[in-house]
Amino acid sequence: MRLSETQRLLVGKAQPLGDFARLLKQLRIDGPLLGALLLLCGAGLFVLYSAVGESSRMLLSQVIRLGVAFAAMFILAQMPIDFLRRWTPWAYIGGIVLLVLVLVTGDVGGGAQRWLDIGIRFQPSEIMKLAVPMMCAWYMHDRPIPPRFSALALLAIIIAAPTVLIASQPDLGTALLTAAAGIIVVILAGLSIKLILSLAALSVPGAVLMWTYFMQDYQKQRVLTLLNPDSDPLGAGYNIIQSKIAIGSGGLFGKGWTNGSQSQLEFLPERNTDFIFAVLSEEFGLLGVLVLLSIYMFIIGRGLYIAVNAHNTFNRLLAGSISLTFFVYVFVNTAMVTGLVPVVGIPLPLVSFGGTSMVTLMAGFGILMSIHSNRKLLPR
Amino acid sequence: MALLQSIRDHHYERRIFVGRIVLSIVVATLLLGTVVSRLVQLQVVNYEQYAEKAQGNRIRTQPVSPIRGLVLDRSGRVLAENLPAYQLELIPEQVEDIRDTLSRLAELGLIERDDIEELIAESRETQRFRPVTLNPRLDDEEISRFAVQRARFPGVDFKPRLVRHYPDGEAIAHAVGYVGRMTVEDLQRVDTSRYAGTTQAGQTGLEASYESRLHGDAGFRHIVTNARGRQITTGSGGVIDALPEDELPDPGDNLLLTLDIELQTLATELMKDRRGAIVAIDPNNGDILAMISAPSFDPNMFAVGGMSRAQYASVAEDPDRPLFNRAVRGIYPPGSTIKPMLALAALESGATNLTRKIMCRGYFTLPNSTHRYRDWKPEGHGPIDIHQAVSQSCDVYFYEISNEIGIDRMHDYLVQFGLGYQTGVDIGGERSGLVPSTTWKREAFRSRDDKRWYDGETVIASIGQGYMNATPLQLAAATGALGTRGMRFRPRLVAGWQDPLTGEVTELEPAQLPTVDIKNEFYWDDVIASMNSVLQDHRGTAFAAGRDLPYRVAGKSGTSQVFSVGQDEEYNEEEIEERLRDHALFISFAPLENPAIAVAVIVENGSSGSTTAAPIAMAIMDHYLEHKNAAQ
Repeated sequence: MRLSETQRLLVGKAQPLGDFARLLKQLRIDGPLLGALLLLCGAGLFVLYSAVGESSRMLLSQVIRLGVAFAAMFILAQMPIDFLRRWTPWAYIGGIVLLVLVLVTGDVGGGAQRWLDIGIRFQPSEIMKLAVPMMCAWYMHDRPIPPRFSALALLAIIIAAPTVLIASQPDLGTALLTAAAGIIVVILAGLSIKLILSLAALSVPGAVLMWTYFMQDYQKQRVLTLLNPDSDPLGAGYNIIQSKIAIGSGGLFGKGWTNGSQSQLEFLPERNTDFIFAVLSEEFGLLGVLVLLSIYMFIIGRGLYIAVNAHNTFNRLLAGSISLTFFVYVFVNTAMVTGLVPVVGIPLPLVSFGGTSMVTLMAGFGILMSIHSNRKLLPR
Repeated sequence: MALLQSIRDHHYERRIFVGRIVLSIVVATLLLGTVVSRLVQLQVVNYEQYAEKAQGNRIRTQPVSPIRGLVLDRSGRVLAENLPAYQLELIPEQVEDIRDTLSRLAELGLIERDDIEELIAESRETQRFRPVTLNPRLDDEEISRFAVQRARFPGVDFKPRLVRHYPDGEAIAHAVGYVGRMTVEDLQRVDTSRYAGTTQAGQTGLEASYESRLHGDAGFRHIVTNARGRQITTGSGGVIDALPEDELPDPGDNLLLTLDIELQTLATELMKDRRGAIVAIDPNNGDILAMISAPSFDPNMFAVGGMSRAQYASVAEDPDRPLFNRAVRGIYPPGSTIKPMLALAALESGATNLTRKIMCRGYFTLPNSTHRYRDWKPEGHGPIDIHQAVSQSCDVYFYEISNEIGIDRMHDYLVQFGLGYQTGVDIGGERSGLVPSTTWKREAFRSRDDKRWYDGETVIASIGQGYMNATPLQLAAATGALGTRGMRFRPRLVAGWQDPLTGEVTELEPAQLPTVDIKNEFYWDDVIASMNSVLQDHRGTAFAAGRDLPYRVAGKSGTSQVFSVGQDEEYNEEEIEERLRDHALFISFAPLENPAIAVAVIVENGSSGSTTAAPIAMAIMDHYLEHKNAAQ
């Protein structure tokens, strides 16, 4: 009793905050998630300003892009999750059709066919980043958990079809993320640990198969370069060597904002896109990096909290997949920039300059918020 | 729907899901841990290593060329200096239409129209921000012409640089030499760290032989460059500051010469429109007071760079060979100028004596031969002693005693005066000349007949003809040795050098050489007296040149038959005749006692030593002694 008294007192005192919290609730926005995302994007803009050579024009275009992304989040947060679930198969099929269209007619950008020009240029593969996990979750929604073998076979097709289409554009990074999003759903759905381990074991011959038949020369080169970047210091190894120098020379506290010589003097390639993490590491040091990683972990943690508290299978699986895919983003980019994994074109989410992926990511967070709002509307 | 769901085991399903989430968190934590430990490895453990690499990326050392030492004459007057010159440069990235810009510059006459294609190619080859030199030297008029049009030429500008300049160009061209663009051999020879950033090096003369001392050591400055090598000067402190300390260049030493620029200029004027050489030496220490070769050239053409092919051809292919340093490389039959030395040899060796008279009928024949060796005076000198034989340059006297001295003894004495060997002067390219001997002939020829030495060859050797030849420098040095009664020094152009920073002067000691071995002082007295008679006795061959001199002077004329230099069939009749005339030689020293200057003059095709070369020698000595006395 006394406790509730105190609580009331606190709520009474914190009246404006209470109003704000109510407003967010009415807008179906998750406060902690929004706060963390704003913090992340703010920090990202700060780093980006240095990485683009203090160009306010580029900074502005990033702000506009972020605005669009947040709008996407807001719009999706308003959509009832059951509505989204019902429309999932159509989104998936539509996505597949567009992917095929891209392969047939798409614009070539950056040496690969990724863009489709229908009034606005966009990459259909971005849709699949959300459509694939949604489709997997939709499929599992009415089925018993853990999935049976027949279900697994169909899930494999749901995941594989768009992955192959995207990979053949070729866009390894997006294919990887799309597949990961789907696979995460399957794993969260209770795929037996034994099966996961044996699949992992199978991945070794699978990798050999990929190497021999599917991988492009430039992709092979990336892998070889990772193993020994010094073998070609001015060619393929250049990026990773310069990236490691930038990170290492940042030390514990960094060289200071706009003071990173590797970044500012353009030794670091792709410093405002894929390698922006190295700029952060050089200018803000290990401490700065840990702060950023903490924000990422908070966002992922919040996403998993929403997933655990979701009220049905579709919501749970989708929320878990969105959160963990976000982690995959962060991990692959940081591991790539620090030279742990081969260079795949995955930006540092919400920090790297440009990219349609930012809109997709924020749309994903909008879905997370919708799931979280939905929890309160229906009984467990 | 609600019904369907309620059938399923919600609790079980959620438990599986939460289990998987926990598993994911564990895996994610492990992966994140890997990244973080990688970061710790890079940023903490190996920090030093990467910090150093980043520094190495950022900072580039740029060589700073040292200032080349000056060349000063014996009174400290500047013979070679460094002056700013302006060159026209174009920065490709700042020029929209390079071809248009270049053709407009050509219209203004600032570049050659023929060079445009080459310049376009050059501007494409280098990095876009590196300047391309369009014209290595703009004169004042060109600078002002460009300056008023400057606004029409964005990306084109003139830049100052230091260029070697020789104020008295032609007068010192052969002695001081010139600097020019470094050759491949230069690049292979030099110490690359000292020469970082240097593009020019001494090519001839002292500029070449004292290259190392004149050049100095390159310094280094540190600049910040970006990944493409462009220098960055603005930006955040951490990017452009904290550079290592620069290393200042160490300037080259100033060379202090023995040359007297007034004498050089005078000698150059005296040889105007003539071919030949003048060398004047202080016999007391070997200091070369003047050394010129005529015709000369303007060494500034080479120093500035960008000399056109036509310009180069005009000097390189000139039949008068202005680039050829006759003073040390030209070899001439010494003719009668060796008579004083041979007289000494004859007296010292006992081949003749002071009172012996020989009847000169105008020619000489060897025993058992009818071949007449002619005297220059067809009617002959009549009965003549050795004093007169020198002063009147009687050939028959020397023909007569030649085989009594013998070629090998002639060789031994002439060599003592420094003929036949390089003098060791401090510029390169010196020829050794030739004093023949039986040994030399045996080694120099192939066939048995050629290897043999003939008496007739001794006869013509006695008047400095035949195989014998010498450089003007050798003759000047030998004349000095006559004046000092056998004391000899290695001829030199450099007396010392000065550190331009501390002002500290290093003086070189004169290098004394073995004295000429004539034991009887009377022989010196007599030969020097006979040389005085050449100029100051009314019967002397060069009395006309020496009669009015206020001091006593010794000399000896020489006339030698033409060989080698520029006998080209394409010349017209007059030209051929001119070039077939005898060379005129004159050697002399003054004052008679304690000589201060010894001079050798050679005028190619000058016909007569006593009439052409002697007045030149007198003018040199006159000037020098007058100013020397005035200074004292």
